[in-house]
Amino acid sequence: MDGAAPYLFLAPAVVLFTLFTAVPIVYTAYLSLRRTKVSGLGLGRGARREVFAGLDNYSAAVGDGELWAGWLRVLGYGAIVLTVMLGLALLFALLLDSAHVRLARFSRIALFLPYAVPGVVATLLWGFLYLPSVTPLRDLGIDAVLLGPGTVTFSMANIAVWGGTGFNMLVLYTALRAVPRTCYEAARIDGASERQIALRIKIPILMPAIILTTVFSVIATIQVFTEPTALRPLTNTISSTWSPLMKVYRDAFVNGDLYSAVATSIVIAAISLVLSFGFLRVVRDRAFQEG
Amino acid sequence: MAVTTGTVARHRTLRRPLRPYGVAPTAILLLGAVYCLLPVSWVLIAATKSKAELFSTATFAPGTGLAANIADLAAYRGGVFWLWMLNTLIYAGGGALLSTAVSAVSGYTLAKYRFRGRNAIFNVLIGGILVPSVVLAIPQYVLFSSIGLAGSYWSVLLPQILHPYSIYLARVYAGAAIPDSLLEAGRIDGAGHWLLLRRVALPLMLPGMVTIFLFQFVAIWNNFLLPFIMLGDDHTFPLTVGLYTLLAAGANQPALYNLIITGALVSLIPLIALFLTMQRYWRTDLSSGAVKS
Repeated sequence: MDGAAPYLFLAPAVVLFTLFTAVPIVYTAYLSLRRTKVSGLGLGRGARREVFAGLDNYSAAVGDGELWAGWLRVLGYGAIVLTVMLGLALLFALLLDSAHVRLARFSRIALFLPYAVPGVVATLLWGFLYLPSVTPLRDLGIDAVLLGPGTVTFSMANIAVWGGTGFNMLVLYTALRAVPRTCYEAARIDGASERQIALRIKIPILMPAIILTTVFSVIATIQVFTEPTALRPLTNTISSTWSPLMKVYRDAFVNGDLYSAVATSIVIAAISLVLSFGFLRVVRDRAFQEG
Repeated sequence: MAVTTGTVARHRTLRRPLRPYGVAPTAILLLGAVYCLLPVSWVLIAATKSKAELFSTATFAPGTGLAANIADLAAYRGGVFWLWMLNTLIYAGGGALLSTAVSAVSGYTLAKYRFRGRNAIFNVLIGGILVPSVVLAIPQYVLFSSIGLAGSYWSVLLPQILHPYSIYLARVYAGAAIPDSLLEAGRIDGAGHWLLLRRVALPLMLPGMVTIFLFQFVAIWNNFLLPFIMLGDDHTFPLTVGLYTLLAAGANQPALYNLIITGALVSLIPLIALFLTMQRYWRTDLSSGAVKS
């Protein structure tokens, strides 16, 4: 028997998990059930007390029109990001994996490079390129408003696509490289084209990796915060509650309403869990039907 | 008909080295590469533009103000930019080192020891990946401020050490890279758990640990939400938060835009250098080929 050794080795991870994951979760849940009660004019000591609020904060979050508007914006933004980013990642991974491409190494490194650029810096670079006085479209004689009410969602989606495609491509490409080459030889001998091999053999093999990248991308998209926050100083089209997470930040740190902010954050977490599990469920059911 | 295609295909397979290169696949990949390099090449050029040139000359026309821009950046608020660089290095480098150590030891233990509660501990640690960071950031802030540590280096460093996916990768890597027979031989020779960990397990896990370190380094370097919430004093800011505050101030002082662009370029250089020199360690799958390296 190994005695206490494995427990000692795992102690740092367990302690960190307890302090920075478990305790905060329990504490958030507790805070979300509280509110500040103001008595009198709210002046002086003891005029503000924390009291039990039941589910009031949750019903306020669910009934909040501003939050729903944020969800709708993120839905539109997410639909663009997820389809374009994951579509491009899959396309690039398949092309890199097919044998006859020139300059494959250069392309692979260039496509993965944006992964090394922090979201704030990526937003800042693209944000300047969107400005009417800086954009290269001006040099081409195209008069485009890239940060207007009709275009800002696309411009923001472009930043996320630019930043996220490379990493997802790498995950899919790594999964493809792990497949023995002999799998494709038989198909080639039977006369299958590269395109048929990609569609009929490679994509089915990649399914677990595609599902994994989709789930992680959905979770990340729901929590979008950095891009709209960092783009805000360059345009007045983006409100301080553009995405649900931005509203959580504003409620907690600008308006000082911690209790409703954490309730909203739990609603966001619940929605992202339901979506990712729901997606996995749907995918699994379909896989069973086909199998 | 089927016979004909079969023959052609077999003929092609035999002479694969001579198969023509696909023009369309190459072109699509190069187009993607140009798209990815566009903003990075722009910042390289824009950092050379003077204040007057930034908003007047063609987007990709080089300017004459690089030296002045770097001097302005270095002088801004008594050189606070270099402090942001240093802080980022402390958060990302220190955090990633600690994270790699914790992940490697945990992964090795979970892969190579049999003990009660092993699966339960693994599942709980990995389950952390499903908890969105937004649910954690606010209570972490409140808890840190209740012990007077909000705004300190610790408040950004400590919450980012534990990373579920790194533990998962370390476990997979330890399982593939450390032969049980080697541990067994060590035990027979009387080596203790600590000695086996230090002299057998960790050296064998080194390539996997480099990969984990790199991913964790980039993750902390990129993180904006946590330091944005935790930190109030700009002397503790990492680059991401520092550049954001410059950008927010630039809305009223467009003169700052040159500083921001030069700062973005300077901040990208170390990361891109790290990225290019560590090419072979960027792997998202540590189970295949682990034993080979």
